[in-house]
Amino acid sequence: MLDLRLYVAQRLSALVMVPLVLGHIAVMIYAIQGGLSTAEILGRTQGSLLWFLFYGTFVIAVSVHAAIGLRVIAHEWGGLRGRVLDWLMWVVGAGLLTLGARAVLAVTVP
Amino acid sequence: MKVPPRSHPLWLAFLLHRLSGLALALFLPVHLWLLSQAVTSPATLDGFLAFAEHPLVKLAEFGLVFLLAVHMGGGLRLLALEFLPWSDRHKTYAAAAIGAALFLSATFFLRAI
Amino acid sequence: MTATPPRLTVTVQRGTEGATRQETFDVPAYENQTVLDVVTWIQQMADPTLAYRFACRVGMCGSCAMMVNGEPRWTCRTHVKKVASDGQLDIAPLRNLPVIKDLAADMDPFFDKWVAAEARLHPSAGRGDDFDPVTSQEPARAEADLGIECINCGICYAACDTVAGNPDYLGPAALQRAWTLFNDSRDADRDGILAAVSGKGGCHNCHSMGSCAQYCPNDLNPMRAIAGLKRETVRAAWGRKRDA
Repeated sequence: MLDLRLYVAQRLSALVMVPLVLGHIAVMIYAIQGGLSTAEILGRTQGSLLWFLFYGTFVIAVSVHAAIGLRVIAHEWGGLRGRVLDWLMWVVGAGLLTLGARAVLAVTVP
Repeated sequence: MKVPPRSHPLWLAFLLHRLSGLALALFLPVHLWLLSQAVTSPATLDGFLAFAEHPLVKLAEFGLVFLLAVHMGGGLRLLALEFLPWSDRHKTYAAAAIGAALFLSATFFLRAI
Repeated sequence: MTATPPRLTVTVQRGTEGATRQETFDVPAYENQTVLDVVTWIQQMADPTLAYRFACRVGMCGSCAMMVNGEPRWTCRTHVKKVASDGQLDIAPLRNLPVIKDLAADMDPFFDKWVAAEARLHPSAGRGDDFDPVTSQEPARAEADLGIECINCGICYAACDTVAGNPDYLGPAALQRAWTLFNDSRDADRDGILAAVSGKGGCHNCHSMGSCAQYCPNDLNPMRAIAGLKRETVRAAWGRKRDA
């Protein structure tokens, strides 16, 4: 159900996300004080190439990682197999990538 | 509560990793969709951010930060188990991952309230 | 005046695959008594039609493993006192395997996966060649030595929840043997082993929950062996990519 290629994709995407998750948590801890607003979020991210690359990479990695992770759970706990399982993985991955790309573009493109 | 048969520390660490991953994967679409409203519909996002001031929502956010941190910590432990020379101390590392996740999420929570 | 000897309440899974039922037996308890003794008492004294499997009774042959109170155990070396302090025993055939009858599990899928994992020696020398000197000082030999006491009892396979959810998964025992042979200087097909453990049911499905190591009666650690296979398969694939 998981072959070498999917395994490597899962571990590589995990490795990429380690610094990103740490950064994300740090930003959350920093930004949450005093509440959040759309203007505050946009003020930090809009027009910033750095945040675009940060969250762009994050979205790509998490789409790969979550799609493979849900594939494993759907097989082991949900009993899905074969074509349906492959289909689920690609739909989850493409869906997250689309939603994520829209979110990143919305908060970074001026 | 009766402990289920075959449960042991590393099995519980596996369960925590799986459940936290599942929860994060289900939360992620909502999170991304809300952020995408920032430009097209800032009122939607602001409305939600106001809703997020509710203490119960803050508590839920604390839970999410914990899940994210503990999934990362647990994942780092698995990467170390698979790619670094063998260590017999993985129960300790699993506990350390939970401790670190609690520390990070508690820091977030204390800043949030 | 003699005290009534204490009794055990033993629930045993009976029947064949797809038609199982629970039967309860009242068994005398003794100071020194293994779970296999209990099963044998039931067959000798209560119901001679009870099917179960054992051979050596001393933890060498690996044939008497069963589920005892939900946990896989070698019944010949498991004392009742250790697992049933309240006098209740629940005995079932090994998990994750088909049932032949009563407590006898069908081990065929288990051993088929050993073959599928190439967990068999691929000879590197013929009859006329000298012995390959095996020295325990080499790191690879030391790694192989960690796994050679496996008695094929199937306890790790029954303990593993990844096997339970993913029937194609080769399982801890077969993968550990594959790792042992991979590290054995006398094996001539290391690439074949890595290819065999890299398929859809291969080592990459392991979630390192460690139930194999937790329950192995010989204190082996298949989780460690599988981690080694994961590392070596990735390293080999990386090497192929750079050579290409």
